[in-house]
Amino acid sequence: MHASTTAHPAEHDTSTGLDNRKLLMWAFLGSDCLFFGSLISTYMIYRGRSLTPPFPGEVFDIPYTSVSAFVLLMSSLTMVLALAALQRDDQRGAKTWIMATALLGSVFVGGQVYEFTTFVHEGLTLSVNLFGTSFFVLTGFHGTHVTIGVIILLSLFIMAWRGKLTSHNSLNLEIAGLYWHFVDIVWIVIFTLVYLLPYPEHIAG
Amino acid sequence: MRHTNTGHTQGAHATPKQYVQVAVILSIITALEVAVYYIPSMKAALVPILLVLSTVKFAMVVMFFMHLKSDHKLFSIFFTGPLVLTIVVILALMTLFGALFTS
Amino acid sequence: MATVTGTMGGVLPRPSIHTTGFWSWVTTVDHKRIGVLYGVTAFTFFLIGGIEALAVRAQLARPEQGMLQPALYNQLFTMHALTMIFLSVMPLGVAFFNIVVPLQIGARDVAFPRLNALSYWLFLFGGILLNAGWLFGGSPDVGWFAYSNLTGTDYSMGAGMNYYVTGLQVLGVASVAGALNFIVTIVNMRAPGMSMMRLPVFTWMTLIVSILLVTAMPVISIALIELTFDRLFGTNFFNPALGGDPILWQHLFWVFGHPEVYILILPAMGIVSEVLPTFARKPLFGYAFVIYSGIVIGFMGWGVWAHHMFITGLGPVANAVFALSTMLIAIPTAVKIFNWIGTLWGGQIEMKTPVYFSIGFVAVFIVGGLSGVSHAATPSDFQQSDTYYIVAHLHYVLFGGAIFGLFSGIYYWFPKVTGRMMGETLGKWHFWLMFIGMNLTFGPMHWLGLNGMPRRIYTYPSGMGWDFWNLVATISSYLIAISMLIFLHNVFRSLRKGPRAGNDPWNARTLEWSIPSPPPVYNFAEIPVVLARDAYWEQKYGSGHENGQAHAATSEHVSEGQYGAAADERHDIHMPWPSYWPLITAFGLFVVFAGLLVNVVFAALGVLILFYGVYGWALEPVAE
Repeated sequence: MHASTTAHPAEHDTSTGLDNRKLLMWAFLGSDCLFFGSLISTYMIYRGRSLTPPFPGEVFDIPYTSVSAFVLLMSSLTMVLALAALQRDDQRGAKTWIMATALLGSVFVGGQVYEFTTFVHEGLTLSVNLFGTSFFVLTGFHGTHVTIGVIILLSLFIMAWRGKLTSHNSLNLEIAGLYWHFVDIVWIVIFTLVYLLPYPEHIAG
Repeated sequence: MRHTNTGHTQGAHATPKQYVQVAVILSIITALEVAVYYIPSMKAALVPILLVLSTVKFAMVVMFFMHLKSDHKLFSIFFTGPLVLTIVVILALMTLFGALFTS
Repeated sequence: MATVTGTMGGVLPRPSIHTTGFWSWVTTVDHKRIGVLYGVTAFTFFLIGGIEALAVRAQLARPEQGMLQPALYNQLFTMHALTMIFLSVMPLGVAFFNIVVPLQIGARDVAFPRLNALSYWLFLFGGILLNAGWLFGGSPDVGWFAYSNLTGTDYSMGAGMNYYVTGLQVLGVASVAGALNFIVTIVNMRAPGMSMMRLPVFTWMTLIVSILLVTAMPVISIALIELTFDRLFGTNFFNPALGGDPILWQHLFWVFGHPEVYILILPAMGIVSEVLPTFARKPLFGYAFVIYSGIVIGFMGWGVWAHHMFITGLGPVANAVFALSTMLIAIPTAVKIFNWIGTLWGGQIEMKTPVYFSIGFVAVFIVGGLSGVSHAATPSDFQQSDTYYIVAHLHYVLFGGAIFGLFSGIYYWFPKVTGRMMGETLGKWHFWLMFIGMNLTFGPMHWLGLNGMPRRIYTYPSGMGWDFWNLVATISSYLIAISMLIFLHNVFRSLRKGPRAGNDPWNARTLEWSIPSPPPVYNFAEIPVVLARDAYWEQKYGSGHENGQAHAATSEHVSEGQYGAAADERHDIHMPWPSYWPLITAFGLFVVFAGLLVNVVFAALGVLILFYGVYGWALEPVAE
């Protein structure tokens, strides 16, 4: 059996029948679990141990962040709708939903920039205390992941716009989608662990 | 010689309508989380309730939006293996620092 | 996507295929060439790390010597450890992954050839960045595990730690990218019939190491990011004044660090598991046990990290838990030892140089393993921590273990890579000098350590009873150096004058020996169909002729008929084209991190190069 009529080794028949790139993305996401897991460990160990103000209860705006979390959650819906549209060769629908996902992602990142700016104005900086340090680095790295996701989505949108993203190579969108949903579930965890779970200081004051 | 099975055709994918249903449930859970946060009488049970609710959200996105429920088993292994390891490491580190039951 | 032809259309044209010359190596995506690049680069770093060790030993030869400045001494022992671990042993293992694994599983290349090239370039740039301190502002000087808060800007004011955090970060990206590639390759690129339980043991160990890399590396990445932020942006992760906990660094470091220990040793165990059956003319004794014990080691390796931290005062419960788990992990390790001895037992052992190194590995590793168990027990570890006893232990497992295994692999696969045999006499001189030198260098350190000599001290007073054994250790370390010169001489001599190897010089068992030496670019003219474990042995002799003599004549016939004749069909084998983009992308990431240390503008420039590289990569036409 010659695997010669296909162009790229990644497109050979594989031992498992699964696509190499999709397997790579899942393995990468497994790796990224440990990446965020270590950041979350740090945050949870330092949670409530910050010695000087501002404390979480003084700066968090739960309604505002809830809207942000909702926006990112909805971007997962638009993402999966984009894939469904592309897989049934609905180019127009795919383009619309990809753009919607990128926009929702941008809104989330914009909201985070605004949130960070507000916090800094209220005196919470990267270096002012342990809370600022662990909060900004954890949520900042998540925001970086979202930003990279938005760039990938915009690239895919351009691809689709030029007619180069079709049901035949919808795997590109599916793999980008896996990354996107992963970023969403990380925020589900962060939203609960960082924002909603009660802090000692929060209860006190 | 195209491969007949690239992994993304495994199982029957949900329809857009079902995706919207999942999203509605996710939205309701998010609303519940925030509501629980504001109800004073829930304070005692706040931690377990929040943890359960966010776990449900996490699992729903993974199963339905990332299609792990219907996709090839190998993808689940690739993801849940490190995920379980991550959870164990977080819990172990929190225990070692005495941070597990204080927050 | 599969139909694109021609070389234009991307941002840069794809480089044309040259089989020789500088640019053919710079743009190569061939796993065998990348393996050679890894091997040569890692061995160069190995020599540098060795010279650093020799300088350290020279300083310690006599009491109260002032041969080296204390500051330089600290940099030397720190860089020795970092170089040996991250720039020598790990990448030498990766060199073997690259050269051997695709051949053993009957594949034409890895799953992602360009990603593979990216891993190499990132490794090279990471190594350069880590060593940049020798020229610019001083090297790291706080020991390889860089305990906080010695590493903060209060106590490490120079640039050294900056090279540590950025260099290791780049190396971590390289490792994860490479490991992801090998996981997908081993799971997805196996020849027909090559089921998981028919995989050669070295390939299995590669898979386990790759899984460990993919899961453990992110932990050190985060620790390094936190330290980078502490140093460059004034955060407080390890700043006790604002509630930060320096012990967190130790935990994160060792959560990575202990799986790392198995990342270092498992490739060597895989090599030994290939060499011993080949030369004992017997299948590996207890194949499944070796595989499963490898999996168990990889898994349990995650549950023992705090045994590096007993003296931080974890409390009795944690101490007991980690002491027990550490003692338990000795069991799967011992299982492997029994398997190797069982493989040799009753075999017709052909005493070639690779066997010397493999048996040397088993012998020395037993000593290192036993001294390891001795500090699993918390009370005795209290006595041994931070003494030369630890130095003795870690060199017995990493030098006596990993390095012996890797040399066994070099002697074993050198004919496959170069097409020429290595000199046997020189090889045995190399072995005996290295074996004796190694035992006389690190053996006495057990006694020095138990006698109270702390590790990392710059010098020591005479009259402590340490003089004699330190002198012995220093002299013996130069014996190891001489053995390395013999090895280098052997390599260069064999490259020119070594006898031609042929396909299968060792009468070996796995598929890499079924093809010419050196292998053609496409590896297999026809993808083999695997019928049994020890696939090539089965092809040669069929089952039931374990001693390999019954049908020795068939060997030629099969290798010609099965694998040679189809070579004229090679016109329709399409190999991936060479590419500039892995190098450009790796360079971009390098500029990001190096720029961070100079000026944010440079880092931003690096981000631009990185984007340019990634987009060029993505848009590069599949030019077949």
